[in-house]
Amino acid sequence: MENDILIQTKDLVKIYPMGSQDLVALEKVNLTFKKGEFAALVGPSGSGKTTLLNIIGSLDTPTRGSAIVMGLEVEKLSHKKSAELRNKHIGFIFQTFNLLPVYTVYENVEFPLLLSDVPASERKQRVMQALEWVKLADRHRSKPNQLSGGQSQRVAVARAIVKMPSIVLADEPTANLDAENSHNVMQIMEGLNKELGMTFIFSTHDEKVVQYMRRIISLDDGRVAKDEFVKSVKKRV
Amino acid sequence: MIKFLIKGLLRDRSKSLFPVLTVTAGVTLVVFAICWVGGVQTNMMSASAHFRTGHVKIMTRAYAEQSDLLPVDLALVGTDSLLGHLKASYPGMIWTQRILFAGLLDVPDESGETREQGTVAGIAISVLDPGSPEHKFLEMEKSIVRGRMPQKSYDCLISETFAQKLKVNPGDEVTLIGSTMFGAMSMTNFTVAGTVRFGISALDRGALIADITDVQTALDMDNGASEILGFFTDDIYHREKAVDLAEQFNIKNTDPDGEFSPVMLALEQQEGLAGMLDMVGMMSSVIITIFIVVMSIVLWNAGLMGNIRRYGEIGVRLAMGEAKGHLYRSLLLEAFAIGIFGSLIGTVLGLIVSFYLQYHGIDITSFLKDSTIMLPDVMRARVTSSAYFIGFLPGVCATFLGAAISGIGVYKRQTSQLFKELEV
Repeated sequence: MENDILIQTKDLVKIYPMGSQDLVALEKVNLTFKKGEFAALVGPSGSGKTTLLNIIGSLDTPTRGSAIVMGLEVEKLSHKKSAELRNKHIGFIFQTFNLLPVYTVYENVEFPLLLSDVPASERKQRVMQALEWVKLADRHRSKPNQLSGGQSQRVAVARAIVKMPSIVLADEPTANLDAENSHNVMQIMEGLNKELGMTFIFSTHDEKVVQYMRRIISLDDGRVAKDEFVKSVKKRV
Repeated sequence: MIKFLIKGLLRDRSKSLFPVLTVTAGVTLVVFAICWVGGVQTNMMSASAHFRTGHVKIMTRAYAEQSDLLPVDLALVGTDSLLGHLKASYPGMIWTQRILFAGLLDVPDESGETREQGTVAGIAISVLDPGSPEHKFLEMEKSIVRGRMPQKSYDCLISETFAQKLKVNPGDEVTLIGSTMFGAMSMTNFTVAGTVRFGISALDRGALIADITDVQTALDMDNGASEILGFFTDDIYHREKAVDLAEQFNIKNTDPDGEFSPVMLALEQQEGLAGMLDMVGMMSSVIITIFIVVMSIVLWNAGLMGNIRRYGEIGVRLAMGEAKGHLYRSLLLEAFAIGIFGSLIGTVLGLIVSFYLQYHGIDITSFLKDSTIMLPDVMRARVTSSAYFIGFLPGVCATFLGAAISGIGVYKRQTSQLFKELEV
């Protein structure tokens, strides 16, 4: 199913110059992500999780090798083209939500659609649909400071999926949430993955996140130490 | 997208209200400073022109050299024909003749003996002619404190301060003791028709104003005058025109060897006013430049601070896939809107303050007690056409520049660091 491949890295190397020495963040990483995957990059700090997420999200470029995302070689994209790739195909979810505080929930979710020049009537429909998915349609007029941490992260999820991207990248999405909210957010993302077929890639240390994953990629010193497909999901709390 | 940006601006006071207030305050100050400095300059020139120098002045060469001494013996003669010639040759000007003289004013008691005496600086002008331009130049009707305007021969006005000092009231008889054009002693009785206050300390201390015909008779100056003053019809001093006019007149009419031949001097060629005009002009340019530069730095800094504060928002927008160029342009657009809005309010406020001070002015009498400089007691601002747009220079340009420079950070920002930066 070649057509199902959304992301492919080939001998991916990322080196950061650190004074007189070089820091090898990624060393010959070869990975392929297909449509609809629900995967986590796990590993200790400095293992290369965020670097790999950066390159897949076209926020960074590899030093050597290549990363092909949605058929485009990330290292060859101009700033404008990589912004276009992010806007059309990639949604981001951050650890600290990063909602724009002066805008309402509705407007925060609407923002990515404004960048794509989606017509107003279609925008409204898609924003409300995204808020329905995260069960926050009734809070669309609220401001971020009126929401709990879990609700804020759900708004961030709605913002990431509203443009129906093929890939959603989430960096430690539950790090600032308690256990109950972490499960709520993960269940919503799992549901979206199944219902909409979006590929979710997480970077995490959190066991609560890992237990939802169908694929777990362990990184160690920039290398893929283990790439495991989970057949049956563990029983959750 | 523009609607989205406007919403953000309106809701976030630190993005809109505070920058707008900063721009407004800066622009108000710039507009007011320009009107005030311009007003002071105009006040000084106008007072000097109306009371002493005219926009141009004709005297004899000898009189011009000693004009501080008010030497009536060196006055112009045959002024009727000279005035006729001037009016015919320079129809775009208003011409009027004056005699300036010094003397002693004697106030008699009921028995005719001296009760009070004081030195007087006299000005003889065409005061009985209702069509005389002097009424407008000296604002005589407005300046009357007690009594009335002179209505008949040998009526005079004296300054209110001087009248109080000599204990003279309207209707009293006074005697002017002076010397004629030919050096003889002259004594002439005048009736005090009223008292005046011109608002110029140097004049209000001891001035006597009488009709020029009476003073010509008193000082034996038939068809003579100390000086002929010329004014541009719009009553504004045009520096280059005046100097050019004086040059042309002197080429045609001045005999370098004749000490009684007429010579024309422009305002700035008299009493060291050129230096003063240059100094005031330079000072006003320096003040305005400093003001604009300082305000530009303040506003630029405000723009910088604004964008630094929005680091998180900019990061999110980049991550969402907004192109750097689009983001940069939106920051500039916001800065432009804030600059325009703040400049508009600032200009209106600056003009309101300036218009108020143009009509009401600030009384500086207490600073001019012993001054001999020809300065009005009330300094007024002057609203010029430049005041309507000059504030936009620091208001819009500096805000825009601040945002433009701080916004370059958008391009320098490593998008690869966004995950780290946004997880603080």
